[in-house]
Amino acid sequence: MSEEVKTDLQEQDERAAMNAEAQAAVDNASSYEFGWSSDIEQDFAPKGLNEDTVRFISDKKGEPQWMLDWRLKAFRMWEAMESPDWAKLDIPMIDYQDAYYYAEPKAKPKLNSLDEVDPEILRVYEKLGIPIEEQKVLAGVEGARKVAVDAVFDSVSVATTFREELEEAGVIFRSISEAIKEYPDLVRKYLGKVVPMKDNYFATLNCAVFSDGTFVYIPKGVRCPMELSTYFRINAENTGQFERTLIVADEGSYVSYLEGCTAPMRDENQLHAAVVELVAMDDAEIKYSTVQNWYPGDEEGKGGIYNFVTKRGLCQGRNSKISWTQVETGSAVTWKYPSCVLNGENSVGEFYSVALTNNYQQADTGTKMIHNGKNSRSTIISKGISAGKSDNTYRGLVRVGANAENVRNFTQCDSLLLGDTCGAHTVPYIEVKNPTAQIEHEATTSKISDDQMFYAQQRGLDEEEAVSLIVNGFAKDVLKQLPMEFAVEAQKLLAISLEGSVG
Amino acid sequence: MLKIENLHAQVGDTEILKGLSLELNAGEIHAIMGPNGAGKSTLSYALGGRPGYEITSGGVNFDGEDLLELDPHERAAAGIFLGFQYPVEIPGVSNLQFLRESLNSQRKSRGEEPLSGAEFIKLAKEKAGLLKMDMDMLKRAVNVGFSGGEKKRNEMVQMGIIDPKLAILDETDSGLDIDALRVVGSGINAIMRKPDKAVLLITHYQRLLDEVKPDYVHVLADGRIVKTGGPELALQLEQEGYEAVAA
Ligand SMILES: Nc1ncnc2c1ncn2[C@@H]1O[C@H](COP(=O)(O)OP(=O)(O)OP(=O)(O)O)[C@@H](O)[C@H]1O
Ligand SMILES: [Mg+2]
Repeated sequence: MSEEVKTDLQEQDERAAMNAEAQAAVDNASSYEFGWSSDIEQDFAPKGLNEDTVRFISDKKGEPQWMLDWRLKAFRMWEAMESPDWAKLDIPMIDYQDAYYYAEPKAKPKLNSLDEVDPEILRVYEKLGIPIEEQKVLAGVEGARKVAVDAVFDSVSVATTFREELEEAGVIFRSISEAIKEYPDLVRKYLGKVVPMKDNYFATLNCAVFSDGTFVYIPKGVRCPMELSTYFRINAENTGQFERTLIVADEGSYVSYLEGCTAPMRDENQLHAAVVELVAMDDAEIKYSTVQNWYPGDEEGKGGIYNFVTKRGLCQGRNSKISWTQVETGSAVTWKYPSCVLNGENSVGEFYSVALTNNYQQADTGTKMIHNGKNSRSTIISKGISAGKSDNTYRGLVRVGANAENVRNFTQCDSLLLGDTCGAHTVPYIEVKNPTAQIEHEATTSKISDDQMFYAQQRGLDEEEAVSLIVNGFAKDVLKQLPMEFAVEAQKLLAISLEGSVG
Repeated sequence: MLKIENLHAQVGDTEILKGLSLELNAGEIHAIMGPNGAGKSTLSYALGGRPGYEITSGGVNFDGEDLLELDPHERAAAGIFLGFQYPVEIPGVSNLQFLRESLNSQRKSRGEEPLSGAEFIKLAKEKAGLLKMDMDMLKRAVNVGFSGGEKKRNEMVQMGIIDPKLAILDETDSGLDIDALRVVGSGINAIMRKPDKAVLLITHYQRLLDEVKPDYVHVLADGRIVKTGGPELALQLEQEGYEAVAA
């Protein structure tokens, strides 16, 4: 019985050691851990957005004609669209002409490992606590768990590691720009199929100006031999980020993909409008995990990233499964609904989310589970934590199509309030067109009690440690869904994000 | 070890401790008995530094230090442990995680090295064994779904792991079955009956005092210690009641 405990804790220990570096950064905390900007030279597209900007980006990347045509089509569509007034968000006007749409590190290295990366960039990674696993592997530590990192520094992939081992397994893991050139048929087949070009204002904009991102293809029957991981970071001042991710899991395959982001401290709001598309064929499974820590703005709500992301997964095949797990602690404004379209019979969609808001942050996040397949099932676990003067909304849609027999959904939405100047809202939409569906929705709102605080403090934890412990306990059901190396990072992010919210 | 002098404490606008004085030396076990609402739990909270329990006058010295100057977690690190009358649930946080973080936090503020996972597990196993508590219970979330008696036993496992200098145990016996009471009693003796430690045992019943023999028994009524005696005082109280004895 206790052997298991031992393993658990030893694991924790190892994780702790692995994270020593990240911890050091945490210990040196000022008000925003990852708020710095580094001096890597940038190559900019001219400020503003017009057809020439789109051509410039496409040209810079040496894209084929079809890709340019696709972008231009999207750009014209976007021009005719109106900026949305969605959701419960208070968004200042974004001046799309006052931003740069493309920036890449000057000397664009083609490297096989992070070893060869510009030390300045490595130092940035180090500050982010990224090298945890990566450094272990690169240092040749026996038994180190493998994580392939396609590091996106600003807009361009600067290094991809483990490519060979992945290639042996037949896995394609590329920056999307490379994939457009190397695997045009695959990319063309799926790009824009899950999130159509006209889907929404920000998705359309992304189609026109996406700078880089990741493409993953797992062939039939292949279990991807490592966790795939991309770290995003917004670096150049005033550079909107328009990442594009496309993951295709062919029949019977499995992949776990990790995405993490931090952003440096800046005064200007920065727009981020990524598009992520996932496709799972028969018996395939995609696990997509995000730990997101973009700069949320200062204590007055100044600065910070605007995060309007469109993430959608298509369970196209029978018995296919897509899981979204996200830990959101950053951004000034988050607007994000990772969704599953469950077309396959017996397909499964999952959404596990922790969204933490502090100070003046606004988050409107949730999911959409669109059940079209018979016996399709979905689970939604959402944990919202609000502190300061922030506003945190869960917005979720469960839709059951007329032909979808025996659909099941379980939704659990819990909100935790710290203090009484913050807000938490739960907005479930349920649309059922088939009477055999079983839909369950549970929601709770709670506060950290004085009893809990004193109990934890009496055992030796200081105020911030106590809050962090209780909050992590609250978020446990979601955190345990994360891959190991992310779980620890996520716990720390929650703690950092709450600093100054007590006492 | 602990010297409380003329302590006045209030909750909101109500004065609850009204000039309480008490002294404990290392190696001693003191029992506090007294009617419901007399201020026994308030005393334990005041010593623990619970927010909302305002000390209006008087002083508390612990091991030569002004205890009232310290934050609650600093008091814990200084060696004060409260066994709660109503232990608190913390969902999603396992007992092991809770205790390990707590203990290591205390060790850190004392300038000691943190315990590794393996060292901690060894310690936890030993103390759980002492209190005859299944290790599986320690993997569960703190007090969540624990029965009343299990919660109390868990408090004592925590005390064993944290190994304080001074334990203030607030009705640890209530809610325990007869066998559990014996186990908890001998647990308290094993952990705390040492020359460099002291215990303040708040209880309503003689049964616990049969297991953990006190050196002194005090009667706390209306916010003060109104009578002090040896173990025989508890027996007398049990027979005659507070009204008769403390009048
Ligand atoms: N938060 C509070 N607000 C108002 N009154 C309080 C508060 N906490 C305690 N009191 C009052 O203080 C008095 C002492 O309470 P306390 O819990 O210390 O009693 P006790 O001696 O521990 O009683 P018992 O034997 O029932 O546990 C009681 O009258 C109680 O109602
Ligand atoms: Mg009491």
